[in-house]
Amino acid sequence: MSIILEERKNQVGRAGSSGEAIACGKASLAGSVSQRACVFCGSRVVLYPIADALHLIHGPIGCAAYTWDIRGSLSSGPELHRLSFSTDLREKDVIFGGAVKLSASLDELIELHHPKAAFVYSTCIVGVIGDDVEAVCKEMAAKKGIPVIPVQAPGFQGSKKDGYRIACESLFQLVGTQNRPTPKFSINILGDFNLAGELWILLEYYKRMGIYVNATITGDGRVDDICNAHNASLNVVQCSGSMMHLAKMMKEKYNVPFMRVSYFGIEDMSDALYEVANFFKSEELLNNARQIVKEELARLLPALAPYKEALTGKKAAIYVGGAFKAISLIKALRLIGIKTVIVGSQTGDKEDYQLIQQLCDEDTIIVDDSNPVELSAFVKEKKADLFIGGVKERPIAYKIGLGFCDHNHERKEALAGYEGMLNFAKEVYGTIMSPVWKFVR
Amino acid sequence: MLLRHTTAEEIDRKALTINPAKTCQPIGAMYAAFGIHGCLPHSHGSQGCCAYHRSALTRHFKEPIVASTSSFSEGSSVFGGSANLLQSIETIFSVYDPEVIAVHTTCLSETIGDDLTQIVSKADEDGKIPAGKKVIYCNTPSYVGSHITGYANQVAAMVKFFSTATPKKRNVVNLVAGWMEPSDMGEIKRLASVMEARTLMFPDMTGVLDTPLTGKYEMYPKGGCTTEQLKTTGDSKFTIGLGEYSTNTACIALENKCKVKFEMTDIPIGLKATDRFITALSRHANVPVPESITEERGRLIDLIADNQKYFYGKRVALFGDPDTLIPLCEFLVSMDMRPVYVVSGTPGKPFEERLKTILKDIPEAKFKGGELADMFRMHQWIKQEPVDLLIGNTYGKYIARDEDIPFVRYGFPIADRAGHNFFPKTGYVGATNLAIQILNVLFDHMDRTCAEEKFEFQL
Repeated sequence: MSIILEERKNQVGRAGSSGEAIACGKASLAGSVSQRACVFCGSRVVLYPIADALHLIHGPIGCAAYTWDIRGSLSSGPELHRLSFSTDLREKDVIFGGAVKLSASLDELIELHHPKAAFVYSTCIVGVIGDDVEAVCKEMAAKKGIPVIPVQAPGFQGSKKDGYRIACESLFQLVGTQNRPTPKFSINILGDFNLAGELWILLEYYKRMGIYVNATITGDGRVDDICNAHNASLNVVQCSGSMMHLAKMMKEKYNVPFMRVSYFGIEDMSDALYEVANFFKSEELLNNARQIVKEELARLLPALAPYKEALTGKKAAIYVGGAFKAISLIKALRLIGIKTVIVGSQTGDKEDYQLIQQLCDEDTIIVDDSNPVELSAFVKEKKADLFIGGVKERPIAYKIGLGFCDHNHERKEALAGYEGMLNFAKEVYGTIMSPVWKFVR
Repeated sequence: MLLRHTTAEEIDRKALTINPAKTCQPIGAMYAAFGIHGCLPHSHGSQGCCAYHRSALTRHFKEPIVASTSSFSEGSSVFGGSANLLQSIETIFSVYDPEVIAVHTTCLSETIGDDLTQIVSKADEDGKIPAGKKVIYCNTPSYVGSHITGYANQVAAMVKFFSTATPKKRNVVNLVAGWMEPSDMGEIKRLASVMEARTLMFPDMTGVLDTPLTGKYEMYPKGGCTTEQLKTTGDSKFTIGLGEYSTNTACIALENKCKVKFEMTDIPIGLKATDRFITALSRHANVPVPESITEERGRLIDLIADNQKYFYGKRVALFGDPDTLIPLCEFLVSMDMRPVYVVSGTPGKPFEERLKTILKDIPEAKFKGGELADMFRMHQWIKQEPVDLLIGNTYGKYIARDEDIPFVRYGFPIADRAGHNFFPKTGYVGATNLAIQILNVLFDHMDRTCAEEKFEFQL
């Protein structure tokens, strides 16, 4: 039994070796145990954190059940997003059409909760049975006086990444529909989903810097803010995969410039603050940013030192959704003495992988759209001590006696920003050094 | 308050489901497939379905959950998924090398009308299925039934594809396991072995979804019912089905195919249901009930007697799956508790019929199964008149917190507590575990909320 599928050979590479680019953006081979999800999943995770909107899933019950409060996107106010609403399509609806049921559900829901807007997600079969979701939404919007936005996300129409794109297009329908003045130094934060309250850490930094955060899209998000997002001076985009499309559309239509940042690790976090300051060409902002970095590092570096000492020489494997995050993780791990020996992602693009190839040491394994069989073989070959991944990878890592850190939906501690870096070091230390691994075998 | 949106006043809902007490068929089929040794479940649909089911099962079992997918694309939805499935079968056998591929459908492949029988026989003709290996399949449209229906369909497929009647009958009783934990299955097998009854359980997730940590990743762990064993189920002398919703289809199929008669019992949860199971097994396996089991029963009754005043009159709300809720409600009634609200999203007649009998002396009881029997409704009932205890899966924690109700986690999924994979809830031992869990949450709540002068050393 070969470990790597013949068809997947060019989706696996090694840093340094041949310099050959990794093939990516390919559809998964049918029959492989892919760790990837679908279009619906992509759109759902992006829009989910908008807490005062209604999220109605039009389809059989499963799609609503599996996305019910699975992502710890925290809200400082309303919690409507954490409930699960479904049209629960049954056989008769599949035969005679589900539009009537959708319309009735929306009517009942909007009456019940008076949301600021409603998102209606079309799942796989809705496309096939031909419900005119757009018409229902339009009619309901007119009747109820709120935006009712169809999210056309049948799972089969691509990968999770295509779902991000669809979510961005749905958001774009809201942008520009309200107008409120914003101060000069105003930004929108795109692509942070406020897992474990990470957004709140960033808001604090920006506040200290003297920056006004206009809209957070979508972590702790609110409909009215998104409607007014075009009035910010800059879009600061994290998690390249999910929100770049929105940033690009806003640039084109409203001429809002954007920049890509990452908030993981000291270097990237500091760069984010400096770059925002530089954008506004303000000496004051830059000084404030320098001050923040100085203060935070004075606190953080001594606290990190003992972890670095203990962890130096340990080896990590990374398998995450977006490759941009992997890049930050490689740097953050390096900061605490850990070498990355395997890097993989579900949805990385060409530039991401090129950057990873440059960033990593010789012979680091780089892989696109991997599966458990490959991953466990790589981990064994490279003798990794730590695996960083998501829910499906956790038990596999444990079974082979590795430490594990969830850098996905199930993170419980904030990992962004300076304090996030310390949390990250603590978590990584705790899992790698756990005495339990000594009892394995 | 997370559920601040729930109103006490019941609104008239015709279409909308809020906070479902069920999920869709395919995940049930995937779970059941893990009960076959060396089996790779295969989801014939979009990638997301497979990813969701794997994630949900991973969160519950804390075990590697590996399944493959046909990875439908735009093209498959237009031209059908036949090419995807043929390619899948080839990929799976060449790379993952399972004994069995258990294919289940999804709403998408059902709606576009893929004919699995035809596709799989084409794969066979084309030599894509290696000798000695097997591809089994079942139809699990997400818009019919619930996860329980999917489980039932997968179990029935085991009979359809494996069970064979030969002239050589075996002195064995089949135990068809309904949806329960591997720990529950282990306990039932232990009871059978203590009774020295020759039984064969299928599906059997023990040793598959509760494996030890060895430092090695085993894609196909040791446990599970082997294909050889599944074949012999057709030669067994009798079948006991554990849970009507999840095993009736399989039991009927086995009787029709191999003339093995069956008796349908409840999953042995609680005193009476375990009594019935032990009696049935004793009769059909023709073995006596040993003293040690009678003692286990006696210890359970002793525990209930010691604490009867704390069970008495407690109002309980429950949600979950019918095969579990039916014997569970019966057990609560045996302990003098009052199951007042019971909901299950799984459609089907027996649920309400059985509960009508079990809850006949509790006139205030409200119960509902099928469409719109969701947790939102149950929460509204609770708001109208509160309960003392809530029993259900992890999704109950929001209600429990908002209303400050003692909460026992039972069902699928449990994503926030440990133990369901270790402490069974079946048999007398399981009923003891359950009664202890109930008592302890009631006591913890009492100690936490009572006035200081009522706070006592001894309870």
